[in-house]
Amino acid sequence: MTELPAPQAGGKKLGLVIDLDTCVGCHACAVNCKEWNTSGHSAPLPDFSAYQAEPSGVWFNRIHSFEVEDGGCGRTVHFPKNCLHCETPDCVTVCPTGASYKRAEDGIVLVDADLCIGCKLCSWACPYGAREFDDDAGVMKKCTLCIDKIYNQNLAEADRVPACVATCPASARHFGDLGDPHSAVSRLVAERGGYDLMPEMEYRPVSKYLPPRPGKTNGGGAGAPARLDHVQQGGENKFLRWVDRLLSR
Amino acid sequence: MHPALSIILFTTLSGMGYGLLFWLGLMVPLWWLPIGAYTGLAGLAVALLFVTAGLSCSSAHLGHPERAWRAFTQWRSSWLSREGVASLLTYVPALGYGYLWFTGGDDRLWSLAGYASAAGAVVTVVCTAMIYRSLKTVRRWHNGWVVPNYLALSGASGGTWIVAVMAIRNEISTPRTALAAAAVIAVAAALKVGYWRFIDQDRSGSTIASATGLGRLGQVRLLDPPHTEDNYLLKEMGFQIGRKHAQKLRRIALVAGFAAPIVLLIVTAVTTETAAAAAALAAALVMTVGVFVERWLFFAEAKHTVTLYYGASTA
Repeated sequence: MTELPAPQAGGKKLGLVIDLDTCVGCHACAVNCKEWNTSGHSAPLPDFSAYQAEPSGVWFNRIHSFEVEDGGCGRTVHFPKNCLHCETPDCVTVCPTGASYKRAEDGIVLVDADLCIGCKLCSWACPYGAREFDDDAGVMKKCTLCIDKIYNQNLAEADRVPACVATCPASARHFGDLGDPHSAVSRLVAERGGYDLMPEMEYRPVSKYLPPRPGKTNGGGAGAPARLDHVQQGGENKFLRWVDRLLSR
Repeated sequence: MHPALSIILFTTLSGMGYGLLFWLGLMVPLWWLPIGAYTGLAGLAVALLFVTAGLSCSSAHLGHPERAWRAFTQWRSSWLSREGVASLLTYVPALGYGYLWFTGGDDRLWSLAGYASAAGAVVTVVCTAMIYRSLKTVRRWHNGWVVPNYLALSGASGGTWIVAVMAIRNEISTPRTALAAAAVIAVAAALKVGYWRFIDQDRSGSTIASATGLGRLGQVRLLDPPHTEDNYLLKEMGFQIGRKHAQKLRRIALVAGFAAPIVLLIVTAVTTETAAAAAALAAALVMTVGVFVERWLFFAEAKHTVTLYYGASTA
């Protein structure tokens, strides 16, 4: 059913919180996601020409790296990106068969691979590039928020988190109910000023991004200068001036 | 956006077919297009041939064409589904129109079937255009120029085919119909040029700053893409066409899609019999090529917001 579900009383809004301040760009989350999805709901994820020229495959999680001019100093920000399980996503409403749907009880957006005809229109509707087409199976695939893991009674309670969240070594990924203002993730978003990607699209993403914290510029209290000044040309130390001239030839 | 052959063939062929169906269904019962039954039926056959060929091409685009029937179910929310339903429903009055014309059935019923076919043609083309127009992710499609352009090009290309059929059948009203068709092409040309001007000047849209939310820290640029090789996103939505290349193709589209057909239709109007038929058929064929190039550009020049994560600064 590709009409969006009516908001449910007591319904959850499950999503992720990505901390751009602590992400180190290791891609562990992407790898673990790929591994988890070799079985389960979306299995298998294809890899064409995996060890030959021009490999190509479906990954639900992609880690980009951006450079930001942060007050004159370049700053690297690693940027993991996967489905944001938006509240009002067009990727659900454009689907002609009802294969793309949003669950009312927890807000997870999924693709029913048995109904999908592979028209690819949903991927055109996603501004974030969260959906990738499986050329082998002929259907669209995307992040499932590890729906086959978070509700899996065969796993210990502590393991019922998405694969990407469980594996992050920098604790840069958090999972929870963003519809509950008192949940840990909601408080994190409120504290750190978590934001939506491309809010002008009005898809109302549920998953939020935490901005990088301001960089330290006081040398951590060790007395180090914020910037290294150039060596003074007319400085007092004659020996150093002579060395400078020697080396400048 | 990657210009997929199956989709380009689908929209151009079915657009031509629906345009032709529109003129036949509306103009003949109104007595604005006085043509004989055999000419009309030939035109109708050509129209339905194009529409059916176009629809078949679209199923070639699918990963699971055997499930394509499911695409008729979500008309409440999906323009693609609505287009499917409209295209299917339009066959009903169109075939009825043909049947009543062939059997010389009730005049009023025949007229109604004609009007319904024309309406169905318009609705279907509008639904097709809305698929693109409704996508917020592609700024160059998400504007008010797209639906009028689809309708005008459908009418213009369909118009050249009605003239071709009439000229081959040596219908008396061919000359003035040819000139009317030329006028429709001129309108379509104006709309197309207007669209190109709009997309060249349009500066609104998303930026790398809003896509990453990092604009609050300063200028943002891509340092490392997430993968070294291509993936589905880059193949489908990373397609880029150089500006010079695009300008050249625009000129080709203008000549083949608009200027040459207009000239050939004027030739049709001032000549008779074989010469007129040849000129009219040439106009229709040249227009078909021109519309194909125009549609290819419509896809090639479109920029998707996902490119903001792969190095683009605006989209």
